[in-house]
Amino acid sequence: MSRNIYSALLIFTAILFSFPAISQGHNHDDHSGHDHDSHAGHDHGAHEGHDHAAHAGGDHDSHTPNCSGDHGDHKYDPAATAIHHISDANIWSIMEFPIPLPMILKSDAGIDMFMSSKFHVASMHHEDGHASYNGYVMHEGSAYRVNQAGFPMDGSVDHGPFTHGTEMVDGKERDVKFVCYNNTPYRIEQRTTLDGGVLGGGITNFWDFSPTKNVIAMFLSCLILFFLFRGAAKKYKTNPEKAPSGLQGMLETMVVFIRDEVAIPFIGKEKYMKFFPFLLSLFFFILGLNLFGQIPLLGSVNATGNLTITAVLAIIVLILVSVNGNLDYWKHIFWMPGVPTFVKPLLAVVEGMGIFIKPLTLMLRLAGNISAGHIAILSFIGLIFIFGDLFGGIGSGMGLAVATPLTLFMMAIEIIVAFVQAFVFTILTASYIGAATEEHHH
Amino acid sequence: MFLLLDFIPFQPSPGLAIWGLVIFLLFWAIMAKVAFGPIANALQTRENDIQDALDSAKSAKEEMANLKADNEKLLAKAREERSEMLKEAKNAKNKMIADAKETAKEEASRIMVQANQDIENSKKAAMMEVKNEVGAIALSIAEKVIKKELAGNSEQESFVKSLVKDINLN
Repeated sequence: MSRNIYSALLIFTAILFSFPAISQGHNHDDHSGHDHDSHAGHDHGAHEGHDHAAHAGGDHDSHTPNCSGDHGDHKYDPAATAIHHISDANIWSIMEFPIPLPMILKSDAGIDMFMSSKFHVASMHHEDGHASYNGYVMHEGSAYRVNQAGFPMDGSVDHGPFTHGTEMVDGKERDVKFVCYNNTPYRIEQRTTLDGGVLGGGITNFWDFSPTKNVIAMFLSCLILFFLFRGAAKKYKTNPEKAPSGLQGMLETMVVFIRDEVAIPFIGKEKYMKFFPFLLSLFFFILGLNLFGQIPLLGSVNATGNLTITAVLAIIVLILVSVNGNLDYWKHIFWMPGVPTFVKPLLAVVEGMGIFIKPLTLMLRLAGNISAGHIAILSFIGLIFIFGDLFGGIGSGMGLAVATPLTLFMMAIEIIVAFVQAFVFTILTASYIGAATEEHHH
Repeated sequence: MFLLLDFIPFQPSPGLAIWGLVIFLLFWAIMAKVAFGPIANALQTRENDIQDALDSAKSAKEEMANLKADNEKLLAKAREERSEMLKEAKNAKNKMIADAKETAKEEASRIMVQANQDIENSKKAAMMEVKNEVGAIALSIAEKVIKKELAGNSEQESFVKSLVKDINLN
């Protein structure tokens, strides 16, 4: 029976893969026809010669766009589209059909829990909401909170489109988003981020603890992996003498590969069993999400391309390595044996930084690679709209002809990347664990 | 300056971090318990079993080879023993025959000697008897002759003659 499921899955995937341009193209058709407000109100020139001192009174130094203005700029913006599509969202659009997700939002006004259907996101409307709820609005798939007096902060009201403006903060120009209500733009706050201002974010007027698209994707991917592996594990239990077959054989190949090429060479035959389940969890968690994100029509989930998730994984690795590091490991970091004494403090600084740089590279490598893959695919598909903008209907056809093979090629590469990146993350983790638990013999 | 924050997927989001942490830790805990632990153990067990089976097969093969060599040795030894036994038997047979011959010869010669002695004895006895008989006969004849002589000459003569006629020497 399971074999039938594979065949069905295989055929299903093949069909999905053979229409990436069509499916994604359908997706984007709506974008090209949609008001790209991000450009409409974005006028850098307006800031030149602006008197900053005049805005010292706590008021935002901002260029506020006009809600009733002309949004006639229909140019397709490939970068903005790509980034929107690989971003996390409070809504899951499958073929432009928006599936509402639960919202858990915390602000000064308290905790709000509701479904994102309250934002009245219409199908084929760029994941922008049409209604606010308790002062929250949905823009490009994400929830924001209005931060300007006058906007009704209780209950649900219908609002107009979103516009973007700019403001100067500490001499840096920043994007500010506005929601139109009664033809007046109201400032909406950035989302709270955990970078403490280092990356330009910080804590704002609300926290979003919702199970977002990425969270649901993680959950689904983990659930699928759980059932796959539980099935395989049962076979080992009921028929320990039987040679592996079917799904069990496929999973065993990978499990044995991780054991023989990753765990044992780096950690050693005596100690690897302690870390083996962790390495397998890491590998299959990443692999599952990488592949999940490659399924066309499923809204190109970009969980492993999201820095937050890779950061969580990297932090877990950092903690695991540090907790399991033996005396030798710490000695080699802070007082390297076998080098002249005056070098030791220098090495301690370098190695001390290394403790954090190692997980940092893990975090950036995975997120960068997977995001880059998604962007590449979306960019190739974007050719259809770029050509369409340039030459009209014929251009779209030309774009389709060019984009289809390129996209298919890129998707094939991405399947490889999905495996390679999961493997690289796991093997590097194993090497860090191995270095931390190694017994040195001087 | 490019703000990393503008790149939305790279924003460190608190909600996603918490959910990600919880989901991964749960995944790790559950999978280690339900799937990865048992699978790893099963693989280990199976590999050990295979190694054991290979080892035991090898040792069995060695044992077989040893057994065969032993058998061959035993066989050779048995063959040797058999020929030895045959040889011994032959020797014994020859010896027995020789002994028997010797004994028979001795017996025969002894019997012969005995027989000769017996014959000699019988002869002596017979001779003795003949002598005695002849003596008796001579005595009886002499007795009769004397008696006759007493009766007449001629008649004596004819009588002797008839007597002599009567003597039947066997």
